[in-house]
Amino acid sequence: MHEMALSESIIGILETEAVRNNFARVKKVFLEIGPFSGVEVEALRFSFEVVARGTIAENADLEIETPEAQAHCFVCDTYIHLKNRYDACPRCGGHQLHMTSGEEMKIKELEVE
Amino acid sequence: MCNVCGCSTGETHIEAAGPGTVNGHQHAHAGGAPHGHDHGEAHGHHHEHGEAHHHHHHDPQVIDYGQGPARAHAPGMSQARMVQIEQDILAKNNAYASANRRQFEAHGILALNLVSSPGSGKTTLLVKLIERLQSLLPMAVIEGDQQTSNDADRIRATGAPAIQINTGKGCHLDAHMVGHAFEHLAPADGSVLFIENVGNLVCPAAFDLGEAHKIVILSVTEGEDKPLKYPDMFHAADLMILSKTDLLPHAGLDVALTIANARKINPTIKVLQVSAKSGEGMDAVLQWIKAARMMALTGHPEPLAATTAQGG
Repeated sequence: MHEMALSESIIGILETEAVRNNFARVKKVFLEIGPFSGVEVEALRFSFEVVARGTIAENADLEIETPEAQAHCFVCDTYIHLKNRYDACPRCGGHQLHMTSGEEMKIKELEVE
Repeated sequence: MCNVCGCSTGETHIEAAGPGTVNGHQHAHAGGAPHGHDHGEAHGHHHEHGEAHHHHHHDPQVIDYGQGPARAHAPGMSQARMVQIEQDILAKNNAYASANRRQFEAHGILALNLVSSPGSGKTTLLVKLIERLQSLLPMAVIEGDQQTSNDADRIRATGAPAIQINTGKGCHLDAHMVGHAFEHLAPADGSVLFIENVGNLVCPAAFDLGEAHKIVILSVTEGEDKPLKYPDMFHAADLMILSKTDLLPHAGLDVALTIANARKINPTIKVLQVSAKSGEGMDAVLQWIKAARMMALTGHPEPLAATTAQGG
């Protein structure tokens, strides 16, 4: 349900950028949402559409990129891909993992006019 | 302001004014040579500038989409362009959280963000902790719930100052709300500030409030796999309190498995087992809080350190 708050946050950033970069309408928002960011992408699309009504981003499309989650294993000193937070290192079975990507929650760029 | 050229800098002298009179003035622009305007009646905009500096009509800082066709463009004449912004969606919350953190540090305040499912016993635990800590150190509580001030009332009954934030439809506290609540509460320097988040194991994980630590509370009546089901929260927390241990004989929770699951998500998470009802395990939680407070106070001036010595 915090996707609603995130959508409001996105609209807030767009409105600030509209002034800074001088645009009147947002057509597309390019997002990067990591698999472990805690964001449910479909819920985000749904709430963004609702929150964007009556704003400069009304009817804007969301282009969402989901980067792969990567972690560093302290035990065998390698970088591995993670499917779940609780996965063990596939090489050594250890859980001493430090996530290096997968928690992103970013606006990358905008298509505006 | 010069009403001919619109410039606002420099001294404007209107030497003669009024209808029918000959208008002309002398003024100096900052950084430019003084120049005169010669306003004849038939030739109102004839300027005689000494130097080449006709800068004041055009501001090169403004890229003028607004006045141009952008707002009234013909269909098919799209002015679409890309803007790179690379911003964290939670940038605003994170900025408020950093401001809160600076405030807490400046006042030697240990802020603890308590998170859990609804009904894990957060408030009961908090009431018992306050009763045990009250004579030792100053405390304050921010209570987050969607509705009612019941929890803040329960805390205030102990004598500790508390403020309730009702999030309405919101499922979590954010750093901006906490900043305001902190201002209203104005806890004493060196306090422990407990922030009891909305009962929700999902959303509060993403919102930094400026706290020193997140403490996740899991009651023994929940399942062993809860850390795996809600990994974000267990990943974000530094301490897990397994609460209601007096119910273990009835609940049949496999404690070792629960802890092992939490450590799969967060290998460094500290785990303490507590029964607020019987008091079992409470001493360890108090020790943890005192140790964390020591860290928060490290490097602070003497009076605060003295409070710690008393409290510790």
